Order: sequence, then C-alpha cells, then structure tokens
Amino acid sequence: MIAIIEYNAGNSRSVYNALRRLNCEAVITSDKEVIRNADKVIFPGVGEARSAMRFLRQKGLDKTIIELKQPVLGICLGLQLLCSYSEENDTLCLGVFKNRVLAFPSKEPVPHMGWNNFNKVDGALFDGIQPTEDVYFVHSYYAEISAESVAISNYMLDFSAALQKNNFYATQFHPEKSGDVGSKILQNFIEL
Amino acid sequence: MLKKRIIPCLDIKDGRTVKGVNFEGIRDAGDPVELARKYSDSGADELVFLDITATVEKRKTLIDLVARISEEIQIPFTVGGGIKTVEDAVALIRAGADKISVNSSAVNKPQLIRDLASELGSQCVVLAIDTKVVKSEDRVVIRGGRNVTKWRTLDWAKEGVSLGAGEILLTSMGRDGTKDGFDIGITNKIANEVGVPVIASGGAGSMPHFTNVFSMTNATGALAASVFHFGEIGIPQLKKYLKTQNISVR
Repeated sequence: MIAIIEYNAGNSRSVYNALRRLNCEAVITSDKEVIRNADKVIFPGVGEARSAMRFLRQKGLDKTIIELKQPVLGICLGLQLLCSYSEENDTLCLGVFKNRVLAFPSKEPVPHMGWNNFNKVDGALFDGIQPTEDVYFVHSYYAEISAESVAISNYMLDFSAALQKNNFYATQFHPEKSGDVGSKILQNFIEL
Repeated sequence: MLKKRIIPCLDIKDGRTVKGVNFEGIRDAGDPVELARKYSDSGADELVFLDITATVEKRKTLIDLVARISEEIQIPFTVGGGIKTVEDAVALIRAGADKISVNSSAVNKPQLIRDLASELGSQCVVLAIDTKVVKSEDRVVIRGGRNVTKWRTLDWAKEGVSLGAGEILLTSMGRDGTKDGFDIGITNKIANEVGVPVIASGGAGSMPHFTNVFSMTNATGALAASVFHFGEIGIPQLKKYLKTQNISVR
C-alpha cells in the first residue's frame, strides 16, 4: 500500500488516479501513523514552498517525512521541499538533499511548462527510460545539480530533473501527468 | 529541449462536447471523456475544457466530469468556464484538474487572479483572454465577444501576469472558427512581452498554420478544437509534419 501525503491544495488526486491505473493500492492521508506504516510513500506537491513548509511543520509531518525508512517519492514541489533551501520566499526546507532550489532566470517564459527530455537518466527509477523521452514539467524554481542528481534536464540551464539518496527519490516533473513514460517511472517506483 | 504543445480544446455544454463557428451555431461533437482519452492516447500534450454554459446548478455536473477525466487520462488538463470564486477553483482542482482558466470573471474582478494564485500557485492559474481589433486597436472582449472592455490586450495580459497568472491563453475572436490561421501579430506581441507561457488560439485550419505560429511567434502552445474533433487533422499526423518543419514537438 502506498500512502500519498495530503497537504494544502495539492494534486494528490491525480497521483492517486495514476496509481489506481497501475492497479496499485493507495491512500491519500495526512495521518502520521498511516504514513509511517505504508510500504511506500509519495510526497506530491503543487503550490508555494513557504506555506507548504509551514503546513508540514504545524502538522508535525516535517519530522515524519525525514525519518521515513521505506522508499519515498517526492514530486515537483515535493522534490523542492526535500532539498535544503528554496529561494521561493526564502524558505528553509527538509534538507534530505543538500541541493538548493533557485529561481529560473527570466530569459525564457517562466514557469518552465510542458514536455521536456533529459540530458541523462540513471538509477532504478529510470529503468527502461531513454534520455530522449519526454515528461511533463511545470515549475518556476529548480534544484541545482549535485552528485545526487539521477536525471538532468535543460531549460535555459541544466537542473535536477530527479534526485536520489538512500530511500529518498524525487522528480521535478510530474510522472502522474507524463503519459506512458510517466506510468513506467511510477511502475519502477512501485517495484522498488 | 522544451517541446511546443499541441492542445485540443473541448467546449462543454450540458456534459457534451460542442464547437461552434464564431461562438455560435453549435454542433454536437461527442462524449468529453471518450474524446479526452482519445486525445491523450494519440499524443495531445494537454487538454483544455471550457464549460460554456456553466451555471451554479450545473457546477456539480462539471465537477463529476472533471473527476472522470482525471481517472481516465494521464496528461495535464485545464478547466475553465464560469469560475468566479476561489472555492469554485479549489473544487475543480480537488476533483483532479491541473489548472484553472478564468476569463470574464477576472476582467470583472482582477483580484480573483491574485486570490487564485495565492491559494493554488501561479502554475495553476491560466488567464484566458479573448482579443479583437476594435477601431484598429487590440482590445479585450468578454461575453463571447459581445462586450468590449476598457482593456487594451497587452495591458491586460501584463496586468494579469503581475497579479499572478502563470499562463496566457490568447484567443483571437476575429479568427475563431474561421480556419484562416492563427493571429500571428497579436500572439507575437503578447508572447514577447508577458514572460509567461502563451497559448495561441483561434483560426487553426491546416497543419502549416501550426508551423507558422510556432516559427513566427514565441507561443509555446497552440490550441484548436474543430480541426481535431472532426478529424480534419490527426494529432500524430500533425506532430510528424511539425518535425519535418523543424518544430520541436513530443
């Protein structure tokens, strides 16, 4: 069973539907016990970093998340909140990944919105995925590249399309909205 | 490389897909969920659903429809039509919509854009602008083109972005339903100035029209309805053609 962490408005419904299409049992919850006891956890997110972090702290979910031992998948804002710091309203984040999250320059339209491919992909999440395949992004901030960047994409500059460290996985793109490629990536996560 | 987006638009009336010419003379074009699945499977990059008869009592129908679409398709979709409050928008996002589009209600109350952006994030807020040349000036129109507003199109687009809109859906009313091609002039003007993604809409009639809008403007998406609904242009065929024209598509 996969627990999808519910917080703020979010897009937990889309993630839930994507898992159901893969015949995977899932529950949308903000109950710490349910989250701790799940086989896997998905930490989705659409919204703004500062209010999301405030919400997580109020509910005590910040500690719950960083202490998880099962595979965890952060998506979009979920990835950014797992990083150390976000420039979005000067927000201290969860710090699972040491990467900082910075604002895109304004040379091209922001948000980076639409389908984009990878410079490179690596690791279990991307098993069977080619760098030339496209996934759906929508974000105005990006995580810097580090040794933990298992996928890199380019929009004006190179950024982390996915991060991985121990049991923590995260994608900047939305696998639940990325057609068959996204389904494959979610399937890879389910099979970890 | 970021790809240009091909976006079928489904106008919804009483739970069915419709498409008129110049917003009138409505014809029936099928079950929205079935069409949505077909487009998602054939390579559409996003979908837009515009509820053209949204009334309070029919809102529940729309929410149910959005929930069904979200269960069926694995690409992003925007829902618009009659969204007047943050509560309306949140209900649609909760049901599974990725973005909300506002048009007349934002013109009537610009603060709505700011409220939506602060509640849902800018990336969820699409400002739909209907534009028309009135006395040789690009002006924002509402109510299907019947009312000319005080806004010049570029000024309103910039105002909308400064209030928090994350994307502009720009429909040229003079072109809508004509199949004469996208309005390159106004699309270019807006896309060069606003700093957020712009979707061109109105006038798509042939595959070269898509080449033109992507090669001659900075629009990152192009929206069309009838050419897709009535099978005049297939999405796989359009994508293949655009690649031969060196337009980067998925």
